[in-house]
Amino acid sequence: MGAAGPTPGPSPTPGPAPSPSSAPSRLAAGPRPPLSWGERTAGLLAFHLTLAKRTWRGQIVSRFLTPVFFLAAMGLGVGSLVDAASGGVEGVPYLRYVVPGLVMSSAMTLAVSESTWPVMTLLKWNQMYAAMLATPQRVADIVRAHWIVIATGIAWAVAVFIGIAAIAGGVGSWWALLGIPIAVLTALAFVAPLFYVAARSETDEGFTTIFRLVVTPLMLFSGTFFPIAQLPGWLQPIPWATPLWHGTVLARSAFLGNPLPPWWWAHDGVLAAYVLVFHRLTLVAFRRRLAA
Amino acid sequence: MLALGLGRFVVLRNVTSFRRGWAVFLSGFFEPVFYLFSIGVGLGVLVKTVTMDSGTVVPYADFVAPAMLATSAMNGAITDVTFNVYFKLRHARLYDTMLATPASPRDIAAGEVTWALIRGGVYAAGFLLVALAMGFVHSWWALLAVPGALVIGAAFAGLGMWATTYMTSWQAFEFVFLVIQPLFLFSATFFPLSTYPAALRWVVHVSPLYHGVVLERSLFLGEMSWSLAGSVGYLVVLGGLGLWGAGRRIGSLLLT
Amino acid sequence: MLLSARGLTKRFGDFVAVDGIDVDVRRGEAFGFLGPNGAGKSSTMRMIGATSPVSSGDLRIFGLDPATHGPAIRARLGICPQKDLLDEELSVQENLWVYGRFFGLTRAQVRARAEELLDFAQLTERRADKVEPLSGGMKRRLVIARSLINNPELLLLDEPTTGLDPQARHTLWDKLFRLKRQGVTLILTTHYMDEAEQLCDRLVVMDRGRIVAEGSPRALIEAHSTREVVEVRFDADDHGAHAGALAGLGERVEVLPDRILVYAADGDAVVAALAARGVVPLSTLVRRSTLEDVFLHLTGRTLVD
Repeated sequence: MGAAGPTPGPSPTPGPAPSPSSAPSRLAAGPRPPLSWGERTAGLLAFHLTLAKRTWRGQIVSRFLTPVFFLAAMGLGVGSLVDAASGGVEGVPYLRYVVPGLVMSSAMTLAVSESTWPVMTLLKWNQMYAAMLATPQRVADIVRAHWIVIATGIAWAVAVFIGIAAIAGGVGSWWALLGIPIAVLTALAFVAPLFYVAARSETDEGFTTIFRLVVTPLMLFSGTFFPIAQLPGWLQPIPWATPLWHGTVLARSAFLGNPLPPWWWAHDGVLAAYVLVFHRLTLVAFRRRLAA
Repeated sequence: MLALGLGRFVVLRNVTSFRRGWAVFLSGFFEPVFYLFSIGVGLGVLVKTVTMDSGTVVPYADFVAPAMLATSAMNGAITDVTFNVYFKLRHARLYDTMLATPASPRDIAAGEVTWALIRGGVYAAGFLLVALAMGFVHSWWALLAVPGALVIGAAFAGLGMWATTYMTSWQAFEFVFLVIQPLFLFSATFFPLSTYPAALRWVVHVSPLYHGVVLERSLFLGEMSWSLAGSVGYLVVLGGLGLWGAGRRIGSLLLT
Repeated sequence: MLLSARGLTKRFGDFVAVDGIDVDVRRGEAFGFLGPNGAGKSSTMRMIGATSPVSSGDLRIFGLDPATHGPAIRARLGICPQKDLLDEELSVQENLWVYGRFFGLTRAQVRARAEELLDFAQLTERRADKVEPLSGGMKRRLVIARSLINNPELLLLDEPTTGLDPQARHTLWDKLFRLKRQGVTLILTTHYMDEAEQLCDRLVVMDRGRIVAEGSPRALIEAHSTREVVEVRFDADDHGAHAGALAGLGERVEVLPDRILVYAADGDAVVAALAARGVVPLSTLVRRSTLEDVFLHLTGRTLVD
């Protein structure tokens, strides 16, 4: 700063530079070739990848250890009690029954973690979304790219967990690999409404409450640990109306190697509805907040 | 040793700031209640009864309920001393202001722990009411459940605070969670010690929550024995150790 | 004409932030929006940057309508926002790299541009450092460097030196001068009159969403103020009481809470006349007119509260 050393002669210019190739460059003067859908998404994915390289270490332990803890405590610990007292659940050892539920629950927890604080960071605290919108990117692009990144991360985590569960003896069929796409769909059914909530929040105070009053009860009462038929009647609409139970039902069929459950299309339908409806609402909310 | 002294105005600060965070305060109460209804009652239909380490056979829900009260006390104490103490130490410079007035680091630590105990105690009392209403309390000894919860809270408040003074970034909270979660799942909370492979049972005895669970279970079911004094003693020693360590750390962090 | 606006208006519900302004900016010039906080400068900049829709009126940037060609416009613009919002988890160079990729630049292009810009912003030694510990001036230089990653023809700067110390401000002005000499068109908003006078070829003065004057800094001063100003301070809480003592001096007298301004072509003559009248102030200061005086004359208020 201050008296910077004078550079002898003309220094390399950061201004408009001559373009070396004949193809119109995006650095050349004048109108520039527009970016395709794929190019825009690729540019945003590069950002998320750069960020992930810096932050993955802090998350790796909780992402993988928590489901494993539950697997051991509930699947093996409580499972031994259930098997001894009732001979399993729905005809299978408790470990096999609970694993698909745990897979879906962990997908949900990851989805909620990724859609709350990180979104608030990009929206408000460092306003990187706004920075993206100062370029040829559009709101639809930034939402799409972020969801792709979250879905990919969850797919990896779920795949690893299925592997660990298989080693523990909790997986009975190769169809369990279908659990990955089912988990991704279920996760997105949570990502979508939470992006909408984040877009309309000013602070992160609501997020802790969401974890305690939405995520935890959903995990506990959506057929993860015991069939929902055991719930009192007035509670039953809750698993029906929320995504987790639908994903768990589909996943359980896959993991146990059963044929498709009846109403499988309704389960898919509820999940898809959550994703599509809240995708629209998220775009509207993002536009109102970032491009007003 | 827990003489409030000048620590009482530290408690006052927390009360005023919590008026706004009532939603967070309330929601922390519900987690163990949810687990009680889900695992205790819901899964209890499948588990039916449990043979405790003492030999008594109890319905599963009765086995889980006192463990959830102990958890409630742990939750109430630990959230405060970790998140809030970290925030005050590293970001809000509140402690610096407090130290400018005549309060010693040990007073400040005591004040924070007291607030954490109040919170843990309120949670536990609330949970006790729920347990009573649901019919999980079988003994007059359960009147000591809340004092028992305070002892549990003290252990976690002291240790938690001491640990928080070593944290240098928000990332460190991953470790808090990574300790609390397995403690919660593996302190004979949901299944008795006999379920564990024999070689691992000693590990459970290290967990302060295990001792809290044992204490509360005895109080709920009226199964008192002198070995409980060992558990209580363990918790008190841990709490005292944590408080002493935290006081020293806060002092050295702020007075340099 | 790089930018052309007619009747440009921005409404937020009932509140009118920008009230029908007309602006033209030519290629290669440095153009300024000068006005206090709340004048509508930032709202105008966001419309020009095609990040905020126009409520009514006509706006053309590079001859394109931002309502239909937003991305094409933004591809050729550089936007330097008011706050230094960078990604604090990433390093200095990573902040440049990721931003360049948003424009569809290839990795090779991005790396090459980042090299040049790190040098331009004098941040090469700090390239691998995280952003968080950098000083305010360095962060600002990084934000400006970032806004240049796509080689823009037009650079928009919203309050570029607010919050910086004097040395950092001068460094920044120097950089902006260099950009202008290389042919980049600059549009900036500011509430600092020295910044407007130093950097801008032409400017408009904005107040409450409207343009109250336009022209080059010198033309504005000549049109709306005298050549010199005498600042007279008395040892009093209410300077209004002393206004009578200065009546008739110079062309115009302006009473402020902490001093009285006497506008005249010759300041020293005013000081002499004061002495001749037997008036003994606490202090007198003779200085040249600035854009602050222009703004005061046009609106009755100061630029900076």
